[in-house]
Amino acid sequence: MTENPCVWVYAVADDAASAFTAGSIGVGGGAVRPLSAAGLTAIVGGVARSEFGEAALRQNLEDLEWLERTARAHHEVIETVARERPVVPMRLATVYSSDEAAAGMLRERAADLRQALIRLGGRSEWGVKAYVAISDDRADGQQPETADPSAGPGAAYLRRRRAQLAAHRDARQEAMASAQAVHAELDRLSASARLYPPQSPTIADRSGSMALNAAYLVGDDRAEEFEAAVTELAARHGALQLTLTGPWPAYSFVGQDGTEDAR
Amino acid sequence: MTYGNLAPPSSGTVRRSGVAGGPQAANLADILERVLDKGLVIAGDIRVNLLDIELLTIKLRLVIASLDTARQVGINWWESDPWLNAQAADRAAEKSRDQQELEEENRELRNRIEALESGGHNGGSRGD
Repeated sequence: MTENPCVWVYAVADDAASAFTAGSIGVGGGAVRPLSAAGLTAIVGGVARSEFGEAALRQNLEDLEWLERTARAHHEVIETVARERPVVPMRLATVYSSDEAAAGMLRERAADLRQALIRLGGRSEWGVKAYVAISDDRADGQQPETADPSAGPGAAYLRRRRAQLAAHRDARQEAMASAQAVHAELDRLSASARLYPPQSPTIADRSGSMALNAAYLVGDDRAEEFEAAVTELAARHGALQLTLTGPWPAYSFVGQDGTEDAR
Repeated sequence: MTYGNLAPPSSGTVRRSGVAGGPQAANLADILERVLDKGLVIAGDIRVNLLDIELLTIKLRLVIASLDTARQVGINWWESDPWLNAQAADRAAEKSRDQQELEEENRELRNRIEALESGGHNGGSRGD
């Protein structure tokens, strides 16, 4: 007796989306397929209960290799569909025990989902992060190589350190003001915006801390304008390093219940 | 699709990870941040405890800026974090217990040496 696979849900899209999933392989090596109900299409795939059942899932989520593989597969499927149709992406690990259960979700949430699809249609998410461009050489470079020898090495060190700290403080203040200006400008160009807490530079491969971590929902017809604005802002605000990622499926704009309004 | 310095080095830099450019282009931290923390939350009937995901998300948010780096340098944050891992918490508690016992022992030994050196017999009774 073979075990029924669980149903992994990637995203929900409209009826027409069913054509864009044929043949893809998704999470856990399962084939991706459409599942229709209530005039909507859930993009789903079968996954093994032994790997994606409750207990296994909890354990596997803490395995970084597994998590990466799964997250990438989840994202790739959503992205493939999102290139063609508006989608409401599901959070990782949305799993049902049967097609019937997943279809039930579609029927139950049909109104919300349809509304979200309309709102997201023709729009994509763009991620913008701004890092404080603190360069240690900014302070160090200003130091005269020959410090007053009478003051002793201790005093010289303290003076150098003080100048360094002051420079960092100035750079940070300048960066924060710049980050606000950047956000205001990008906010203006987008249909909706979300601000996230800056990511910590714990084990930073970057020297500066993050001053802005934002997602913008931008009309596809304005994507070029948005991109140009980021480039221009980067040039204007030397205290920041900007990174732009996208277009993303609108992960940040589906809210907790898929009905989130544009502000 | 990464474009480097658009302006002189002293100015800002834009780097773009083109998600549309291919599946490999998006970095893991950005993907995890989105698929774990965002996206529509609908509890399937196979559930991971919401708390599990929340802790995972918080933890990820802390290290996400350089997840790849963390892995490269072999920082195993799942196992060593007492918050996420009960075993690690136990180990930490054990360690501080050991520490306490050591300090205790140290103090006792010092007292005995003092007593011996001063020629007194009070502290040395145990050695008889």
